[in-house]
Amino acid sequence: MDAGIHVKDLNAWFGSTQALHGINIDMPDKQSTAIIGPSGCGKSTFVRCLNRMHETLPDTRVDGKVTVGDMEIYGKGVSAVSVRRRIGMVFQKPNPFPTMSIYDNVASGLKLNGYPNRSELDGIVESSLKKAALWEEVKDDLKKKSGASLSGGQQQRLCIARALAVEPDVLLMDEPASALDPISTSKIEDLIFELKKQYTVVIVTHNMQQAARVAEFTAFFLMGNMVEFDKTEKMFTKPSDKRTEDYITGRFG
Amino acid sequence: MTRTRFHQGLDDLKQKLLAMGGMAEQAVERAIRAYDNRDIAVCELVLRDEAQINAAEREVDELSIDLLAMQQPMAVDLRFIIACIKINSDLERVGDQAVNISERVMDMVAQTRSTLNVDIPRMASLSINMVRDALNSFLTANAEMAQSVLERDDLVDNMNREIFEAADYAMTHQVEAHRDALDTLIIARNLERVADHATNIAEDVIFWVRGTDVRHRAEGQTLTGSS
Repeated sequence: MDAGIHVKDLNAWFGSTQALHGINIDMPDKQSTAIIGPSGCGKSTFVRCLNRMHETLPDTRVDGKVTVGDMEIYGKGVSAVSVRRRIGMVFQKPNPFPTMSIYDNVASGLKLNGYPNRSELDGIVESSLKKAALWEEVKDDLKKKSGASLSGGQQQRLCIARALAVEPDVLLMDEPASALDPISTSKIEDLIFELKKQYTVVIVTHNMQQAARVAEFTAFFLMGNMVEFDKTEKMFTKPSDKRTEDYITGRFG
Repeated sequence: MTRTRFHQGLDDLKQKLLAMGGMAEQAVERAIRAYDNRDIAVCELVLRDEAQINAAEREVDELSIDLLAMQQPMAVDLRFIIACIKINSDLERVGDQAVNISERVMDMVAQTRSTLNVDIPRMASLSINMVRDALNSFLTANAEMAQSVLERDDLVDNMNREIFEAADYAMTHQVEAHRDALDTLIIARNLERVADHATNIAEDVIFWVRGTDVRHRAEGQTLTGSS
């Protein structure tokens, strides 16, 4: 099934402050798209609108249309839970459940949904950890060690495995490597490269070299507007908009 | 404005490359003056100063590599540094052509002069002006000026072909002066290469300014509207 993300006239507010202004963008299926822009430009708000996380904050509002495949995210009768099951999210700071074992962390989403079959659960946990490139490092300690006992980079891959376990179509990543050292960062980047074969990936990053390395497409946001969206190689060698060029060459921001 | 040190580095790179361009241009001018006057002293000056151009080449390369490694440039800055690396190589080769011309002139001094009907000074003037304008287009980020350099390359190529025919005739009909004719032919070839390097530099300027690759266009294809 096509899991491209189609956003039409998306606006978002914090109270009376408008954070996003009429965003229109089509992010292709099974490709990775990077969202770049200076602090406060709305890039995190944008990805949080894609899986209805924005509405979890007090006094917020969204209007516009977001569709993933056949699902209209803000459609009537569509629950936030069902949206988040299809659109997983990984945050800047790894947030494993600290008291749960590695196994239970990965299985948590499925258990919450009342997943009954133990042997199938074992298989899903294993395949999710393999997809997150963590299996080899933790396979002997699945139930012995807690999520919090892992290193920062391992914790982040554990969170990715947890997001993948519920078999989403889309993976949103909000600065997933900004709290990690260079080795862990390159593991996450390699992982993104693999994941986009199966999932539509959207990654918010402050690191433009990271965007250049992992994303086929890049969108540049500025003051709540999307200034430019194009193939990454074009964005970083010959952007069309002067504001994009000024930002990526460090002339402002 | 942010990244002040980076932009200072880009300015330094530009200044170093322009200074090197001045040296390369002067080397060709001197070599042609040496040809006009059959002046060995000037030839030796060109040979001596080549080391400065070579040192400048290494310096520009080092600075370019440092900026690439330490600053991870993007977009127009990335294109600028790539263009600088390529222009650097072309300028060093312009310096080599000046040395080659000087060596031919040193050989010619002892030879019987041929009665070749060729205008090396005019060809040199065309080639040197192409280098100068290519460097000016680099100085001012002027893609139109760079484009005008490309359009002049054919003139120099045509002169080179004419000189080939004249040298062929002279070598057949004035055998005692064949070596002088041969040296003249090689000098013409060197000047044609200088014009080629100027063309390359102009193409790199267009790449930097417009992000457009105008190399290896089919003959007769217009350059207008290439941005």
